[in-house]
Amino acid sequence: MKILVAVKRVIDYNVKIRVKADYSDVDLTNVKMAMNPFCEIAVEEAVRLKEKGVATEVVAVTVGPKAAQEQLRTALALGADRAIHIETDERAESLAVAKLLAKVVEEEQPGLVVLGKQAIDTDNNQTGQMLAALTGLPQGTFASEVAVDGDMVNVTREIDGGLQTIALTLPAIVTTDLRLNEPRYAKLPDIMKAKKKPLDVKTPADYGVEVASKVSLVKVESPAERKGGVKVASVDELIDKLKNEAKVL
Amino acid sequence: MSILVLADLHEGQLAGATAHVVAAAKAIGGDIDVLVAGEGVQAAAEAAAKLDGVSKVRVADNAVYAHQLAEPMGALLVELADGYTHVLASASTTGKNVLPRLAALKDVSQLSDVLGVESTDTFLRPIYAGNAIATVKSDDVLKVITVRTTGFDAVGASGSAAIESVDVVVENAQSSFVQEELAKSDRPELGGAKVVISGGRGMGNGENFKLLDGIADKLGAAIGASRAAVDAGFVPNDMQVGQTGKIVAPDLYIAVGISGAIQHLAGMKDSKVIVAINKDDEAPIFQVADYGLVGDLFELLPELESKL
Repeated sequence: MKILVAVKRVIDYNVKIRVKADYSDVDLTNVKMAMNPFCEIAVEEAVRLKEKGVATEVVAVTVGPKAAQEQLRTALALGADRAIHIETDERAESLAVAKLLAKVVEEEQPGLVVLGKQAIDTDNNQTGQMLAALTGLPQGTFASEVAVDGDMVNVTREIDGGLQTIALTLPAIVTTDLRLNEPRYAKLPDIMKAKKKPLDVKTPADYGVEVASKVSLVKVESPAERKGGVKVASVDELIDKLKNEAKVL
Repeated sequence: MSILVLADLHEGQLAGATAHVVAAAKAIGGDIDVLVAGEGVQAAAEAAAKLDGVSKVRVADNAVYAHQLAEPMGALLVELADGYTHVLASASTTGKNVLPRLAALKDVSQLSDVLGVESTDTFLRPIYAGNAIATVKSDDVLKVITVRTTGFDAVGASGSAAIESVDVVVENAQSSFVQEELAKSDRPELGGAKVVISGGRGMGNGENFKLLDGIADKLGAAIGASRAAVDAGFVPNDMQVGQTGKIVAPDLYIAVGISGAIQHLAGMKDSKVIVAINKDDEAPIFQVADYGLVGDLFELLPELESKL
């Protein structure tokens, strides 16, 4: 079985973001970029399924600018066999990405597609579900456990209030939640080897997909800052303040 | 404008989130229909019919919609969406699971986690874990939106909308329900509680979370946790408050032994009043807390419980 795993280049998880002075967007100049954390979990899951003998090949794919090839090389260093870069400098939204991935699915015919549940920049949480709808495949979102069994996969999902397990026919689309696994770090020899692994470069036009979206970004602002209040000296003072000042007790 | 709201269910009953989504629909303006889909959902439909501002409740009661699996729910929404200008659902794990399927099949974008309405086509939504707020305008013919419930005060329940049944039945041979493990608790749901008390890594271990129980009982509070406490294995993930867990905005939020990582703040900083109890007086949580109490939580919690 072949596994297709989608990754996204985003701002590094630890970077504190700044809004541009003209409020047009978040400022990404000279900011450290990395693979989206949920995508790292997706790559790890795909590689583990290959190590277990469930998968025979892992193909990584990304949609983004030329620099996004760094994240594909990371996926290759972590164990993906080859990569596809769909290059665009446009702001590709979830629907456009899902349409492009649907074309890749049609071409590659994977048994399983694994994606992160959301990217930490746009926080959309849409692409996997949209891909499932466009390809007509079943979806197991927010997965904390993935168990392939013959031509079925059981996915345990993190839902509000607990866990839900569903059974899906293969091929299927899975999106990862945080507790699915702990991604490994790439080792130096693997990083060197990754440079020689095949990486195909395509464009949205090759797939006949229009990237432009009907949603426009009007402005981006910092959220209202919350100011710190006072320190209280004792439990009695706290209770008094909550009762008489904040009136929440 | 004509708006369809997908009702959220919790164990077959109408979930509190729906009253917030109807409030978002009222902010957009226009006729509001609510779709209640599931199996054995008449009671939920009756509860939805009482929500203020709802003109009509449409009920799809069939075994294929049991557990609101994504594939049949998406297909049902595609059948019903014609004629509506907006389709809304809460940004719950159900709304997030189902609505993008509708958007993709209608060839429109989805706006996720909307927390403010500027006009019928322009909305506010958080990006970068809430560290920036984007104003977005959609020119799509159908606006598909998930709503962050903390952005809208729930509507009342004094209405009496008509209830009509929907006889659309779709096929689903691709996915099936196996099992569910829901945390059993007599406490209010984290997302809707008026008071939340959360523990962090400073609690030391899972056993010590019992120190929060008595206070939660007295305040009618839900109990939450930081991601650090979840990662350390103290408590299950469904208690997590933060960017990757629940987003809460209660009247009172009490953070105990939580340092205040940015990812945690993203999940609770819209609370009306924040109290922090921490032994480190430099902890970043104090920068957002209205009332900070510096000291040993193992002494302060029993004292607080006895004096409430």
